[in-house]
Amino acid sequence: MSRAQLELHIDFTRCDGRGLCTEILPELLVRDDWGYPVGRGGRDIHVPDGLAGAAQDAVDLCPLQALMLRRVTRS
Amino acid sequence: MTEMTLDPRQLGTGGLFTAAVPDLASHEAAYGRRPSGWTRSPLLRELEASGLAGRGGAGFPAWRKLAAVGAGRPAVIANGAEGEPLSRKDTALLRQAPHLVLDGLVTAGEAVGASELFLYATAESLPGVGQALAERRDGPRVTLVEAPAAFISGEASAVVNALETGTALPRDKAARIARSGYQGRPTLLHNVETLAHLALVARYGAQWFRSAGTADDPGTRLYSLSGDVPAEWVVEAPGGASLRDVLRLGGAEPSSLAAVLVGGFHGAWVPAEAFDLPLTARGLARYGASPGAGVLLALARGRCGLQASAGIVRYLAESSARQCGPCMFGLPAMATVLERIAAGERAPWLASEAERLAGLVTGRGACHHPDGSARFVRSSLGVFKDEVRAHLAGACTAHHGRV
Amino acid sequence: MNEIFWAFGRASGIVSLGLFTLVLLLGIVSRSGRPLPGLPRFSVALLHRSTSLMALVFLVLHVSTLMLDPHAKLSLANAIVPFTAGWNPFWVGLGTVAFDLVIALVVTGLLRQRIGQRAFRAIHWCAYAMWPFAFAHALGSGTNAVDLWFQAYAWGCAGLVAVGAGWRLSANFAETSRARLGRI
Repeated sequence: MSRAQLELHIDFTRCDGRGLCTEILPELLVRDDWGYPVGRGGRDIHVPDGLAGAAQDAVDLCPLQALMLRRVTRS
Repeated sequence: MTEMTLDPRQLGTGGLFTAAVPDLASHEAAYGRRPSGWTRSPLLRELEASGLAGRGGAGFPAWRKLAAVGAGRPAVIANGAEGEPLSRKDTALLRQAPHLVLDGLVTAGEAVGASELFLYATAESLPGVGQALAERRDGPRVTLVEAPAAFISGEASAVVNALETGTALPRDKAARIARSGYQGRPTLLHNVETLAHLALVARYGAQWFRSAGTADDPGTRLYSLSGDVPAEWVVEAPGGASLRDVLRLGGAEPSSLAAVLVGGFHGAWVPAEAFDLPLTARGLARYGASPGAGVLLALARGRCGLQASAGIVRYLAESSARQCGPCMFGLPAMATVLERIAAGERAPWLASEAERLAGLVTGRGACHHPDGSARFVRSSLGVFKDEVRAHLAGACTAHHGRV
Repeated sequence: MNEIFWAFGRASGIVSLGLFTLVLLLGIVSRSGRPLPGLPRFSVALLHRSTSLMALVFLVLHVSTLMLDPHAKLSLANAIVPFTAGWNPFWVGLGTVAFDLVIALVVTGLLRQRIGQRAFRAIHWCAYAMWPFAFAHALGSGTNAVDLWFQAYAWGCAGLVAVGAGWRLSANFAETSRARLGRI
């Protein structure tokens, strides 16, 4: 069975680790030794429905435009 | 570690190096003419039946890549960049059998209805390919693009970037290149060896291809043998051969070796006790090794695996394109930790620190450079774990004493 | 009635200078990646944005009241094309340059997602150029320039900007600078 899931994608070629997203989404992201966000799933972080709004805020507020929210279908 | 002069000689087993010289007459004498008229579905079926897997590193089934290419004027790219400094097999293949690679490129292009064909290779390889192209009667329009000699220049998105902008740096992948690659068009990118095999499958069929190798790893494979061996050769061996077989084929004595790095700097170490296992992803699963692009680096008995590994991790760190923070900072940090272990620093926490850093960088780059480097670090810590323990206690077993 | 335009024009100009000083400082703090006491990083970014829009409002009031003022006789063209004003053209022109830069900064700021990061970033560097123009304009064409309180206010703003710029150029400016210097 497949189901569309919301996923937060980090473009690390843009990310500068300013830390805004980790403040807005502490449930999903922490910062690594150098300040860059670390999610549970590497580059793509599964966003539960309850955090969709906060994730969109993180995307809008990222000073480097390094975040992207997308729906993916995983089987 | 960056510069290495190799003298690759080829030991053919009758697959890719049948033509005596690289010219068209010799090529056609050995293999016959390129069969034209392959369309997408039949070629897909034939490739699926052949079990041909990609020879560029990831080992992805060739037919799946072909099937994933979207409709609408696709581009087809033959990738011979071979950024890995120990890999010589693509250069050897382009020099000895350029027509076989071009046959594969043209056949794949015909099958997907390509609008453009590219061959991306190092400056060393391009003149020979240009000559081969000039003497062909089917006159394919193939654009030759020079690949810079950099470790990450052959990564798929770096190749597309190089073709578009001249800069061979990986890109963040929002979409698969099969759907949106070169100039936003569907793009099929194959390693040159994969295309050479494809050319043979298109000629002789899947059954012929499967007559070499095993059910798990059909066909032949090219290996670039280097390190503590008498000669650094490019070897063609049947799929599923053991490391011992391949080493012997390349003139190396397996009993003189402590371990072999399989799959290049993004690969994994295989210790001597596993030399009889088949050189396949399944056969070497417990070491996390797979043949990848066929790079084999031999480590002699009596040499310290940790020192060799630390040097490689430093090279990997210096090869970072410095685009992605976790790779730019995490890889040098890993290299420093490994160097400190190799130097015999009595700090037991260093081993777990290396593990932690490897976990931290994994999956956090635009390309798989951090992932591959982390895999290599984990493999080094695992395969040489007795050595790690000895070093952290201030000794080195390879040197029978203190570091 | 005319005196009201003139007075309001001046007052809104003075407020603008202070607000743009604040915007610049918030921008620098934002770039450092550091939070402020009681203000997380995203709030600093949001405050930078909202303060800049507020400063724009006062700037538009400043320009438009002086367009209505019979003494200044500023036309729309004078407000956009630098150094064309009938009165005090050089010092008013400096203000016009700053105004044009603000328009460019605001438009590219609002269209950031569309125009892409590269273009946004290039234009946004102009913020550092905009402030000195505004400052010189305030000192040169401001009719309060001789008043001690105004001098204190303007140079106070300049001092803050100088401190901010100095910090921006220092080695440990970014929150992560130290961690990224390569220690483990």
